[in-house]
Amino acid sequence: MRAGDLLVQSLVLFLAGVAAAIVVVIGVYLFLESAPLLTGTGMLDFFRDQRWYPLEGEFGMAAMLAGTLSVTALAMLLAAPVGIAAAVFIRYYAPPAVAIFYRRLLELLSGIPSVVFGFWGLVVLVPLIAKLEGPGASVLAGALVLGLMILPLVSLSTDSSLAQVPRNYWLAGTALGLGRWAIVRKVMIPAAAPGILAGMVLQTGRALGETMALLMVTGNVVQWPSSVFEPVRALTSNIALEMAYATGDHRTALFVSGLILLVMTAGMVALAALIQRRLRRYA
Amino acid sequence: MLKAGIFSSDGLVSVVLWGAFALVTVVSLWMLGDILLLGLGHLSLDFVVAEPADAGRNGGIAPLIVSTLMVLAVCMAVVIPVGLATALAITEFLAPRSRWQAILLRSLDLLSAVPSIVFGLFGYAFFAIQLGLGFSILSGGLALACMALPLFVRITASSLAMVPHSYRQAADALAISRVSWCAHILLPQSNSGIAAATILSIGRSLAETAVLIFTAGYVMRMPDSIMDSGRTLAVHIYDLSMNVSGGDPAAGATALVLVVILIVLNLITRKVLPDRTF
Repeated sequence: MRAGDLLVQSLVLFLAGVAAAIVVVIGVYLFLESAPLLTGTGMLDFFRDQRWYPLEGEFGMAAMLAGTLSVTALAMLLAAPVGIAAAVFIRYYAPPAVAIFYRRLLELLSGIPSVVFGFWGLVVLVPLIAKLEGPGASVLAGALVLGLMILPLVSLSTDSSLAQVPRNYWLAGTALGLGRWAIVRKVMIPAAAPGILAGMVLQTGRALGETMALLMVTGNVVQWPSSVFEPVRALTSNIALEMAYATGDHRTALFVSGLILLVMTAGMVALAALIQRRLRRYA
Repeated sequence: MLKAGIFSSDGLVSVVLWGAFALVTVVSLWMLGDILLLGLGHLSLDFVVAEPADAGRNGGIAPLIVSTLMVLAVCMAVVIPVGLATALAITEFLAPRSRWQAILLRSLDLLSAVPSIVFGLFGYAFFAIQLGLGFSILSGGLALACMALPLFVRITASSLAMVPHSYRQAADALAISRVSWCAHILLPQSNSGIAAATILSIGRSLAETAVLIFTAGYVMRMPDSIMDSGRTLAVHIYDLSMNVSGGDPAAGATALVLVVILIVLNLITRKVLPDRTF
């Protein structure tokens, strides 16, 4: 090999190594910054204690974790059925022009910044919900905005999973005299299920990590949510709200919450990969 | 296609699926329409070229556009070389299905799942404090680059993989070295994919807020250099709507400007790469 080629190859591999190292550096850095509070019993208190009074040294994250999880769960509950149904619709039922329009609309929507979703939620949805009940800024507002954000991604990933099912499956179903819905339900959806499910898990991970949209519409009160009309504070919002002035243990506690978020979202990626590998064997 | 009456099971399913489609469409158009209306009320040519005044309630967004462009420039100056090298490593320099390739792919998957606020937290502590870069466009651009990298690599690597195998066989037959093959055939053949990756990464970066609040910071005046703090358009929307009472009209106008830029980028990508497969 020529010397110049060797140099280029080394440079390429070095830069790729840098790219691979970023996520490791982030993980290690968060861990080191969190370390002072990650000792024995302290760890459990983060999850057990609901009281977040950082200036008095109380760092209970249970209520904020509940905030994050409740908003995410409700958002997925709203977005997943509609998103999947719409994907099935454009692939097997819609006239081609409608399908193209829908895909364009979803691509457009998936590019809208989360801060714009949050802004819309803040000036349009929150006042609407306030007319119904409560202060408006609530679990419900967060779930609606987050659901709308995730919907195009759920729908597009379902659509592409369905697109990957071999066309022969459809033809075989037709040859057996099955109706359209029977083929979709018994053949196409089961065949695409690993991809659809994995996509759903990835979107859940994204929802768990969403900051701006929730920060702007959930009201940011640290409390255990007792109804969907109550305000909550998500873990992500908490970092955004307090990072500016946190010092000492308070700052460390924010890094702990960042670490928790990182572990949760990494877990979702691992789960999605596992689903795709496990279920593909049976498909 | 099978014809079926509305009361057959296929007909009923049709109705439900049409309903889901209609629901998504109506809600999406409602939101997009609101953004348009909220924005148009305050938007003017002057808004785009003027300095902000009165905490952003009045005046315009000119310095913020400049800050945004500078953050993007820093971000892409890192993402393009590192991302191209990483994509080449995946497709050309590491053996397919080798352990190193798997590690690289896995770490990029993980990186793409890191929440944006975690990039913000890390960027603040690492770039701004640890490396002493402070609240600056440089810190913000670097933190943003970490976030945008996996997207760029994924699209670029998939477009490199689409170069026909026969080209490689021809190159092998001519005993062209791997590096010349990359430089003279593979990369030029993939330029539309690389362009699409670049534009989509820019779009993703433009949309980002949480990464930048604590790295590039809040300062509204015109930045002098990349060591200055600079507020991006997305951060401006957040700050105006949350922290400035009476800031909503200007926030709406900024949101509209941002969304229009993103739509234009989306259209350009479609032109560059009509059959996008990602």
